[in-house]
Amino acid sequence: MILPKIKVLRSHGRQYIPDLTEVTLTDEFRGRPELTATDDMSDVEAAAAMCPTAAITTAPFTLDLGRCLFCGECALRAPRNIRFTNDYRIGSASREALVVRAGDTAVDFRHDCVRTEIPRLFGHALKLRQVSAGGDASNEMELNATGNVNFDFGRYGVEFTASPRHADGVVITGPVTCNMAAALEMCYDAVPDPKIVIACGADACSGGLFAASRAVDRSFFERHRVDLWLPGAPAHPMVFIEGVMNLTGRWRRREAEK
Amino acid sequence: MARYITIDNTSPAVPLAEIPDEHYGAVYDDLADRLAQERYHMAHYFAREEGDRLRFYAILLDDSSRKIMITSFAMGYHDEGPLPSLTALRPAMHPFERDITERYGVRFDAMPWDKPLRLPFDRRDRRASVGNYPFYTIEGDSLHEVNVGPIHAGIIEPGAFRFICNGETVLHLEIALGYQHRGLERQFTAADNRLRQAVLAETAAGDTAAANATAFAEAVEKLAGHTPPEGLVRERAAALELERMAMHIADTGALSMDVGYQLGQVACEALRTMTINTTQAWCGNRFAKGLIRPFGTNKPLTAEKTDMIRRNVAEIVRRYDEVRHDIKSSPTLLARYEQCGVVPRSEMLRIGGVGMAARASGVERDIRTSHPSGIFSRQIAHESIVKRHGDVMARLMMRCREVLQSAGYIDRILASHRPDTSAPRPDYVRPLAPDALAVGLVEAWRGELCHVAVTNAAGRIADYRIKDPSIHNWLALALAVRGEGISDFPICNKSFNLSYCGHDL
Repeated sequence: MILPKIKVLRSHGRQYIPDLTEVTLTDEFRGRPELTATDDMSDVEAAAAMCPTAAITTAPFTLDLGRCLFCGECALRAPRNIRFTNDYRIGSASREALVVRAGDTAVDFRHDCVRTEIPRLFGHALKLRQVSAGGDASNEMELNATGNVNFDFGRYGVEFTASPRHADGVVITGPVTCNMAAALEMCYDAVPDPKIVIACGADACSGGLFAASRAVDRSFFERHRVDLWLPGAPAHPMVFIEGVMNLTGRWRRREAEK
Repeated sequence: MARYITIDNTSPAVPLAEIPDEHYGAVYDDLADRLAQERYHMAHYFAREEGDRLRFYAILLDDSSRKIMITSFAMGYHDEGPLPSLTALRPAMHPFERDITERYGVRFDAMPWDKPLRLPFDRRDRRASVGNYPFYTIEGDSLHEVNVGPIHAGIIEPGAFRFICNGETVLHLEIALGYQHRGLERQFTAADNRLRQAVLAETAAGDTAAANATAFAEAVEKLAGHTPPEGLVRERAAALELERMAMHIADTGALSMDVGYQLGQVACEALRTMTINTTQAWCGNRFAKGLIRPFGTNKPLTAEKTDMIRRNVAEIVRRYDEVRHDIKSSPTLLARYEQCGVVPRSEMLRIGGVGMAARASGVERDIRTSHPSGIFSRQIAHESIVKRHGDVMARLMMRCREVLQSAGYIDRILASHRPDTSAPRPDYVRPLAPDALAVGLVEAWRGELCHVAVTNAAGRIADYRIKDPSIHNWLALALAVRGEGISDFPICNKSFNLSYCGHDL
């Protein structure tokens, strides 16, 4: 029957975000933290002691977004020193650039670390194969959401494929469990060269909560270069979209103010 | 008859010394008898090292009296049995006995499905691996096997599915899991950091973060002998029901996609976005991570946020109901959903199915009704939605009805909610009762979640066990596709949407 469908359509209206470069997330969203060093660092020491993934160091004062789960407890414990902004521009081509220092006002994308063939080959279309290797389903759902009716990342030719043979790279979520290590390696091998690797979420970037677990095998990251590191637990769809657009040279994030 | 200590879902933690110490024979006879009755099912059954012994705990739920019955028995740590298998009599026990065998090497006599469960890193038999899982096989010229996974065609967690088909018809499906095993339970005791433990609970299944965090908070609060205040209980319930709405709407969209019903798919995608963005506007995370913490909250609801949630939920439910109406008036959709992937009531009972999948087959398993805690033991008397047919359509309509019901609960909870500026903050250092056992039992969107925390003499968490509802329901999926065309597997699978990481831990 057609009438119920018309009703659904009318209520649905237009859902896509017209301009993805203009997206601002709610103030509540915990994105890029800003650190302020103070004479008395005892609050930071207390926050560092309770951090679930030991992402905070006090001397020098840093917060590693590759480990951070964005639980926000440190900002409550040390409000003078740590504040989470709603800035989702936190991915980087360099793992080191994910370490936020006191006074930083942006995460440096480090375009200089991007292999030159990536913008040339994948600047118009990029097909990716996703592999969950111990992901908790939230990162996976957010990656699915990048292609949904709201974000519609497909408008830029970036999509996920069913087969690694059709892909230009792999997106890894999860800390890489021992039980998935072989399957991940096979999937990577099946992607034709030249190919890229994206580590999505704190688990993939650093092992996250499972960095010291004996059930995890992170040797993949010793053998293969990661082209894009995306923080988050999970990484918000805009973290992924903004990261991939910068990686492929189509957007250019403003440089960090030195 | 075995002796039990009997509590309910609002009781404080039980001292380990008060849990009866039985003999296996008595427990075996008693459980075999009770589990044959519909009113009983097992919330958790696990073993833990206790000095030079291995102590088994059985946490049995009595649905008709709201009681939680706990008993235990011990055997020598190096004594490998065999013990007579309960699974042989009551198939619902299979995941528990397989887990015990896998971790501790205890053998169960006449165990009918003696196979790896999740291949944990600390398994007793190191020869067993994901590479040599003993799949069931059937010989025959007319049969062929189809292997899917561990990596699937979509963006989804890994698991290996082996179909035995006769032409297009599925004779048998076996699901081998373990690929997601992260050693989660062991991480709870790796550091005595309560915040870290709360975050670990959230990530047990990231799509069930609110329910897992609630189960953790309740277990810890019971260990501290603490009853959470009214305002906190309301906010937790609102978060839990928002999570249920978001996931049921997501699954409605997924079921629409798999039958080529694009309108329903995109409408539900947008509605799910709206639901999880509501959660994000409340707590900063679309999956409610960081929202639920023991003893208090960092994100107390303000008057503006309360209004925002009520407004959004009303709009979501209005539009979602239009989708539901469209599904029910589209014969092409009904032709795909109805009488597909049927799990009859008797089978669901036998395998110990829980949650919405069980209710879709006419088995009323719902912690909110049978063992209420939080808001369901105070303000709201929950009435479970139960369907009879046990097919994909029943599971879809179950979701539709539960979304409406949850939206109603959220509105009710928040209508009378007075923002509390003095809402308690989380407490990560409060002392816990030593040598005690606490159970966190929550009806998550998939079904019952059971968290069990055991403390040592110093009051530290010495063992933490999680039971995700999926551990029971994966077998229901395997049964649902029997006799179906293999092309109907995707909609059968999505109609359950079970957790891999919650199963593998």
